Amino acid sequence: MTHDLRAENLTLGYSDVDVVRDLDVVIPDGRITVIVGANACGKSTLLRGLARLLRPRHGQVILDGKSVHDLKSIDVAKVLGLLPQSPVAPDGITVGDLVGRGRYPHQGWFRQWSADDDRAVGGALEATGTADLAGRNIAELSGGQRQRVWVAMALAQDTDLLLLDEPTTFLDINHQVELLDLLTDLNRESGKTIVIVLHDLNLACRYADHIIAMKQGVIVAEGSPTDVIDSAVVTDVFGLACDVVPDPVSGTPMIVPRGRHHASRERVIAAS
Amino acid sequence: MITVVATDRRTRRRRSSAVTAALVAVAFALFILTMMIGSYYVPAWDVITSAFRLRDEPSVDFVVRDLRLPTATAGVAVGFALGVSGLLFQKLLGNPLASPDFVGISSGASMFAVSAIILFGAGSSMISASALAGALVSAFIIYLLAWRDGISGYRFVLIGIGLSQFMMSIVGYIIARAELYEARQAMTWLVGTVGQAGTTELRVLIAALLVLVPAALVLQRPLRVLELGDDTAKALGAHVELSRLALIGVAIVLIGFATAVAGPIMFVALIAGPIAQRIVGHNGGGIIAAGLVGSIIVLGADLVAHHVVPVDLPTGVITGIIGAPYLIWLLATVNREGRGG
Repeated sequence: MTHDLRAENLTLGYSDVDVVRDLDVVIPDGRITVIVGANACGKSTLLRGLARLLRPRHGQVILDGKSVHDLKSIDVAKVLGLLPQSPVAPDGITVGDLVGRGRYPHQGWFRQWSADDDRAVGGALEATGTADLAGRNIAELSGGQRQRVWVAMALAQDTDLLLLDEPTTFLDINHQVELLDLLTDLNRESGKTIVIVLHDLNLACRYADHIIAMKQGVIVAEGSPTDVIDSAVVTDVFGLACDVVPDPVSGTPMIVPRGRHHASRERVIAAS
Repeated sequence: MITVVATDRRTRRRRSSAVTAALVAVAFALFILTMMIGSYYVPAWDVITSAFRLRDEPSVDFVVRDLRLPTATAGVAVGFALGVSGLLFQKLLGNPLASPDFVGISSGASMFAVSAIILFGAGSSMISASALAGALVSAFIIYLLAWRDGISGYRFVLIGIGLSQFMMSIVGYIIARAELYEARQAMTWLVGTVGQAGTTELRVLIAALLVLVPAALVLQRPLRVLELGDDTAKALGAHVELSRLALIGVAIVLIGFATAVAGPIMFVALIAGPIAQRIVGHNGGGIIAAGLVGSIIVLGADLVAHHVVPVDLPTGVITGIIGAPYLIWLLATVNREGRGG
């Protein structure tokens, strides 16, 4: 099913500070969108706004032609899922139970648990490779396993759009790649629209179909990573002097920071 | 794969029902035992036939129905209310220390009740009404002070503990100024005992349980996602603030009524939930189990207070003796895991 998620003149903020200002964005349907930017640039805030976790100061978030705040939360939750930055696992909860709680929007006061729920939970566990863990206590798992379990919970929600806020934080490089591969599989196989906030620019460029670079609450550049990420943009967004070279594996832009201490090669080139 | 999920869920449910059934049996046995022993022994069968009005036997009926049934019923009802209230608080605020007797609800009830006893020389039903009012007023104040774009567990607990200390010092001041007889009456009330229950207050508590426990069971559905953090709960489509307000309301009214009937029986609300969770498994809802564990603790403590120790003691002394070591253990382990606060 195709969906249309967009923001119009969106201004978001906490207490009296505007974090995202007058922002217009269209999330491409069926693609992987990655939002990047320096700390405190408003990327997580934008994601929370898109998932109607924050009420806009001005403007609106529109899902399939209607403002998300006019829709019933339970109806939005059937179409749009979000994995927040730091979800809380209650004490002593098992993997199977946690993933099952992702079925909340599909259940009701009277329709508690159905075969559909079993199927969705089973599918989510299988897709994330956590089926063997179903009976285990969350607290016993490694960071990588735990993150996959949270993704499984978001998958059990069975939404066409999935938003993830820095899902690779606290993961080592191997598990970061594994998780992003998993999200790519989900996108390619079931056509899920995926929006990810990421810190690692190189991984962002590699996995994004569409990249959004933010600075101080506004979008500085967006488009295909190959088209929009160059050293000028990175310097503007992160304040970092760098070279951008093609990634030897994927050919996507790869950022090589300069720093102040390691410019030897350049010096050699300049000297020759 | 699907069968694995279904089996896992069924195993959890079976364990939860088996344990709950066992808890019902234990609570029932203690309920009957409470009515059997005393200065005049009544055999179990006579207690059952008399208490449930299966047969009329005037000599037994007087002891069972008039003397012992109110205490036993109060033990069950007060324990149940404390257990459910404690569990709801702990789950909502995501903190095992967040039991209503620590976050200032019981202290509010105590302050009002002690004021009623000493300043106004109130009778038993007036004391109960004051205790209930105190619980509600202090909860309202804590909620207002802790509110900042929503309620966070830590802020609620810390403000509650602060307010609790403040109110307990007022209690101390009032008692220090009181006449000896009234001070003694206030101190007895403050320790908490199921024997002091008046019939009217007990009826009100039972009515409250009949309404609020089903409400808690219905609210268990949003509670299960609220436990995952506000963002996750909202993303799953739950009405976060509304559900939390309703759940806190249920918990506060339960602890308020329980305190009104029996005084602030310490530690039951703190320990019943975690014990129930441990034996039922964390995944089962645990509301009924926590209530039953609460009943068992109160009935057991009351039996010990009256029949095991050489002098007759209020129930709260015994629960305090059980609860204090648990609290120390909890503080030690919670801090190690970095979840204290």
